[in-house]
Amino acid sequence: MIKWWKILSALLIFYTLTWGMLNSVPRLDILNETIRNVYYHVPIWFAMIFQMGYSVVYAIKHLSKNDVQSDIISNQAAQTGLFFSIPGLLTGSMWAKFTWGTWWTFEDPKLNGVAIAMLIYLAYFILRSSIIDELKRARIAAVYNIFAFVMMFVFIMILPRLTDSLHPGNGGNPAFAKYDLDSNMRMVFYPAVIGWVLFSLWILDIKKRLATLSYSKNNEE
Amino acid sequence: MNVALLNQIIKKEFLLEFRQKSTLAGILVYIIATVFISALSFKKILQPAVWNALFWVIFMFIVVNIASKSFMQETKGKGLYNYLYYNPRQFILGKIIYNMLLMATLSLLTFFFYSWFVGSMVQDMGMFLVALLFSSTAFSGVLSLMSAIASKANNNMSLMAILSFPVLMPLILVSIKLSKHAIDGLAWSVSYKYLIILIMLNFVVIALATILFNYLWRE
Repeated sequence: MIKWWKILSALLIFYTLTWGMLNSVPRLDILNETIRNVYYHVPIWFAMIFQMGYSVVYAIKHLSKNDVQSDIISNQAAQTGLFFSIPGLLTGSMWAKFTWGTWWTFEDPKLNGVAIAMLIYLAYFILRSSIIDELKRARIAAVYNIFAFVMMFVFIMILPRLTDSLHPGNGGNPAFAKYDLDSNMRMVFYPAVIGWVLFSLWILDIKKRLATLSYSKNNEE
Repeated sequence: MNVALLNQIIKKEFLLEFRQKSTLAGILVYIIATVFISALSFKKILQPAVWNALFWVIFMFIVVNIASKSFMQETKGKGLYNYLYYNPRQFILGKIIYNMLLMATLSLLTFFFYSWFVGSMVQDMGMFLVALLFSSTAFSGVLSLMSAIASKANNNMSLMAILSFPVLMPLILVSIKLSKHAIDGLAWSVSYKYLIILIMLNFVVIALATILFNYLWRE
């Protein structure tokens, strides 16, 4: 059965991809036309954070109920989140090249935060693969997941607010709310966020079903 | 919370450590050797930023090394004994406090040897020691839990490093910032917000470790 929100996500992304290129944007120094990346770069990060949050919620659920299904969802959501970090990084890197003049800079705490977040989730998958017993693996991975998410949250959300950042809204740079006030941009940005988050849920839904099927198949044998 | 029992756990850890003097001596040799190697290879460090970074990298490796031992000695029988006698919250708190004491001492030792061989650049000693103290307590909170996780996953040393390095990152960046301020001799008022973040991180880390250890404990 096709669910309505899947169609909605496809329509929204299609709309933002086309209208995001066509509509008028404020002419700003340095940013110029690259401001359109707000429609793609930012929503992809939102989708990533959403998936990682989803993963933590199910990790907590697993610890309280001890069921296999929550662990499967938690694992798959972490994978989806890591997957979304790649386009997020690439779009961000392109944007940095044309505005800050470099593909990557260590001066910006958000960039470092993202690199660390990717390392944390890679460590999570290595931890998972090194434990054979299913229930034990699920429990230990859930513990690491919760701990790592909190540290990542500190890294991405709290530390950049303290130090200078090249990102808008941090370290004395104007927040995007200022540019967003342009109602033209809002018309694309908000649908883009909803579209990408729904799209990530769609991916998660497919992955979840696959993982559940392979789990029950393995248990039959 | 039973304080007497907590004391007992900490005392037990110390007894075990001092009975087996080879591990403690091993750590000491490890500290001296790493500091000596870096002193020889860098010859003379002129930039404060390099001095600072090198110190924290050395310290991070030492600390991960110490912490990885804290759950590795827990054999199956010992684990059962601990499970019967202590409650998990007290047990992990005991481990954390023990690691805190150990790491704070070893951080001072590392700093001592480091400033002996490489030379000290610190202008505001008080600030530096405060930064060192609070970061070693936070490290012990993170690493005690990571060591417990690694010990459940077949105890390999590389897993400990893989798990703990990314998680330690926010901590180490705040510590580096603070100690850089101390090296430059900036006024304390500049560093307050970092100090507050570091202390808050201490609380967060220790609270999380005590809550989460409960779930690791049961086999």
